[in-house]
Amino acid sequence: MIKFFLMVNKQGQTRLSRYYEHVEINKRTLLEADVIKTCLSRSKEQCSFIEYKDFKLIYRQYAALFIVVGINETENEMAVYEFIHNFVEVLDMYFSRVSELDIMFNLDKVHIILDEMVLNGCIVETNKARILAPLLILDKMAES
Amino acid sequence: MPAVSKGDGMRGLAVFISDIRNCKSKEAEIKRINKELANIRSKFKGDKALDGYSKKKYVCKLLFIFLLGHDIDFGHMEAVNLLSSNRYTEKQIGYLFISVLVNSNSELIRLINNAIKNDLASRNPTFMGLALHCIANVGSREMAEAFAGEIPKILVAGDTMDSVKQSAALCLLRLYRTSPDLVPMGDWTSRVVHLLNDQHLGVVTAATSLITTLAQKNPEEFKTSVSLAVSRLSRIVTSASTDLQDYTYYFVPAPWLSVKLLRLLQCYPPPEDPAVRGRLTECLETILNKAQEPPKSKKVQHSNAKNAVLFEAISLIIHHDSEPNLLVRACNQLGQFLQHRETNLRYLALESMCTLASSEFSHEAVKTHIETVINALKTERDVSVRQRAVDLLYAMCDRSNAQQIVAEMLNYLETADYSIREEIVLKVAILAEKYAVDYTWYVDTILNLIRIAGDYVSEEVWYRVIQIVINRDDVQGYAAKTVFEALQAPACHENLVKVGGYILGEFGNLIAGDPRSSPLIQFNLLHSKFHLCSVPTRALLLSTYIKFVNLFPEIKTTIQDVLRSDSQLKNADVELQQRAVEYLRLSTIASTDILATVLEEMPPFPERESSILAKLKKKKGPSTVTDLEETKKERSADMNGGAEPAPVNASTVSTPSPSADLLGLGTGPPTNAASPPASSGSLLVDVFSEPASAVTQLAPGSQENFASPDLASSELVSEEPAETARGADELTHKFVCKNNGVLFENQLLQIGLKSEFRQNLGRMFIFYGNKTSTQFLTFTPTLICSDDLQSNLNLQTKPVDPTVDGGAQVQQVVNIECISDFTEAPVLNIQFRYGGTFQNVSVKLPITLNKFFQPTEMASQDFFQRWKQLSNPQQEVQNIFKAKHPMDPEITKAKIIGFGSALLEEVDPNPANFVGAGIIHTRTAQIGCLLRLEPNLQAQMYRLTLRTSKETVSQRLCDLLSEQF
Repeated sequence: MIKFFLMVNKQGQTRLSRYYEHVEINKRTLLEADVIKTCLSRSKEQCSFIEYKDFKLIYRQYAALFIVVGINETENEMAVYEFIHNFVEVLDMYFSRVSELDIMFNLDKVHIILDEMVLNGCIVETNKARILAPLLILDKMAES
Repeated sequence: MPAVSKGDGMRGLAVFISDIRNCKSKEAEIKRINKELANIRSKFKGDKALDGYSKKKYVCKLLFIFLLGHDIDFGHMEAVNLLSSNRYTEKQIGYLFISVLVNSNSELIRLINNAIKNDLASRNPTFMGLALHCIANVGSREMAEAFAGEIPKILVAGDTMDSVKQSAALCLLRLYRTSPDLVPMGDWTSRVVHLLNDQHLGVVTAATSLITTLAQKNPEEFKTSVSLAVSRLSRIVTSASTDLQDYTYYFVPAPWLSVKLLRLLQCYPPPEDPAVRGRLTECLETILNKAQEPPKSKKVQHSNAKNAVLFEAISLIIHHDSEPNLLVRACNQLGQFLQHRETNLRYLALESMCTLASSEFSHEAVKTHIETVINALKTERDVSVRQRAVDLLYAMCDRSNAQQIVAEMLNYLETADYSIREEIVLKVAILAEKYAVDYTWYVDTILNLIRIAGDYVSEEVWYRVIQIVINRDDVQGYAAKTVFEALQAPACHENLVKVGGYILGEFGNLIAGDPRSSPLIQFNLLHSKFHLCSVPTRALLLSTYIKFVNLFPEIKTTIQDVLRSDSQLKNADVELQQRAVEYLRLSTIASTDILATVLEEMPPFPERESSILAKLKKKKGPSTVTDLEETKKERSADMNGGAEPAPVNASTVSTPSPSADLLGLGTGPPTNAASPPASSGSLLVDVFSEPASAVTQLAPGSQENFASPDLASSELVSEEPAETARGADELTHKFVCKNNGVLFENQLLQIGLKSEFRQNLGRMFIFYGNKTSTQFLTFTPTLICSDDLQSNLNLQTKPVDPTVDGGAQVQQVVNIECISDFTEAPVLNIQFRYGGTFQNVSVKLPITLNKFFQPTEMASQDFFQRWKQLSNPQQEVQNIFKAKHPMDPEITKAKIIGFGSALLEEVDPNPANFVGAGIIHTRTAQIGCLLRLEPNLQAQMYRLTLRTSKETVSQRLCDLLSEQF
């Protein structure tokens, strides 16, 4: 099961956080700071899976932005690793060349996309067209 | 795809975010955020109704502020209102706010449930989707109560849209996880299984997650999922890369779904039906074949997705552990990955191979990769990869390669990361012991361990080497010689002094014939280390000295001189002083015969499980190591028993150290280390009884600190919550006048309490003791307060570790704040799995109003003046009751003091009466209380009068105190 999904930049600023288990707000801040510190301290030769407390972190870096996913032992590391990329491709498709700013200014939409892909800590949809469908309905309604 | 402009028109939001980004300091950021929060709050509170756009904008801002780590304590109502909007955009943002910001114990759940109910009934798939997402993400018990019946119907109904089915499946999964009791299995279960056949792969993906969880808990009922999953998997792996359209990811057909299906199959043994089994084997072979084919794309995404499926397939092959051909192929595949240039693959390959090593079919195949793995240990730049390599070496070790592997591990230990040293030490110690043919090699290895990483050699390791040397007389002379030589080094680790001291004390005579290691030289060598050692080591050395007195009568006087010196006889440490005095006395008055009996060589230790193994298991969690051990049993050596507490002669002359009493009250680390040994002999005994650390905590003697003779705890043994609650009421009364004791006990579990209160704050330590030898799983204590109580009493606690080892005790701290006076007591509910069964225990926690009492001393005059001031009829509560206990004035006094008030002597004109005064502290108020207890011995009655400024307080205190006499 996926425990949380984070987007944090190199400065340690959280750009997106979604928890699938309840975590107190003050603990979130600490966890996020610690997680990004752990990721930043790693070199390219190191693997993208980190044993962290009693779970694992899977992370990928896109420019200055890290996407970090916390998982327990029931998930397949490689599948989650590639799922992160699928998520980024969906963002890229919607925002056409997504940047950190897109994510900040459209937090609600990024949430909608993520909620279509991960529900209750489980991967639920991987088909890009279907992921974006509700968002496109929303955009159409906003236009009219 | 529409191009989306940055900021998408919400200018206010864009400005706010830019402002935040431009903030130079944390303070400036907080200032800006507070300004924005004030602004939004005033907008929400204002008279003007906000339009959908503004609401959306503000909610987005709040989300952003929340993301920055600031708690949002308003806006929830507005978000709930958005749920009932008919506009999709508004509804959507409302649901988003709620699923991000509302946790499952919010008071708003009822309102949210209403909105969800409407949306589910709307038959509008978009609205239904939002509502189901919300349940899946928040998933509280109240939601389960409201919707657990409804959702299975939506899930299996023929006319439900695919996307709604997907959400419904995960929604049900969530409810099943949080409240399994509310999700009844029914005729829907068989239909859920058939969702694996659904045309729509999104539905299959969601359903597979649900079925996997359900199948883990109810394997029988979901057995049919195996054949369906196999046929679905087979259709996926044999499909052409274009067949599955959008579910194909870089030419890999439905990789995530394949992974999930392979996971589902790992809930079951290999299929019994030969046709299904054949088909599955075919699938797995296809997956393995594909790994060898030239890639359909050069893109890394392609190979990653393919490898994700491959690793999961290998996990399934290992799980089934039945097809030698597949196991060996899997091993070869992993072997290739061991040398892959991608670190991720090397890491995963090492991890998988570790489990493969324990299969009898592939153990030999794994062993062929030993050189690669050793190389990984030397060259990998990532500590977690090296750690995997150590694990794998440990797993592949057997008699044939033990010497090589142990040597490599020792080598690596010199440069290993500090974080993994202790574990490597344990592993080396275990392997050296298990595969030792020649025990001189074993002794050398352990001494090397101490030399290289002495600080990481735990007690278990050096106890173990002593245990083994004592049990095997063929190695004793060698051991004595080796430690003697090792001790020659000018700087040697204290652990070496301990081992050396112990072994020479037992077997120094075996090398005493050599003039280079004559008794006096041995003694001088040890004593030269004495002053640099810690107290426990010195204590051990003193025992060695007295053993020398027996072994070598010729140096008796030298030793007596040392024992007689001021630094020993007048040592500030009680333990050392006592040993010196007793040993000196023993050496002076005892005849040679008595000395020889008392200080006889240690008898062999009975064989049992190594305490090092137990420690490693504890470190790694039980599953990983146990599996390894079981499969290796037949390969293991014969000698490796542990030791029962053996009668220790030396301990007869030494009394237990007073510090032993500290055990049990888990304030310090409740391990062996916490209690310095009483003597060198019993020190070994303590630790050799393998679960000692855990057991001693639960032993009756060690619980004196909160043992309570008047507790009839046996009455409370009950699994029935209702019954327990009744018992607990009586129990609460027992804790009114004291803070520590045993709250609950049955055959499985003991709950102890220790608490302290000061003014309106308190802290309670709850100790959960597992009385069995089996682990408790999913151990979850929960504090339950009614809404009423919650507003008056604030309880904060952290969750405890969900597994409680057999014999172990875990501690939970509850921080308590009394906000206002209260009547009820919070309920402590404990759920856990023991063996296969689910256990549920509820007891009331004895947190009562009088705990927040601070005594007040006052003179007679003051007392009666205040007494008169509180003469309002609402302020006084009186109770006349029959005595339940003998009317002893001393006990009564003690109870009044225990109740928390001051006991005022010589205040009441009638000396037989008792009066007390104090202040109840709450966050909101301080309430002065006066009490008067008038016993009537003839009638065996009491009259209790309470006067306080608050009626409810008078009433509650009177109720509580009346139960005490």
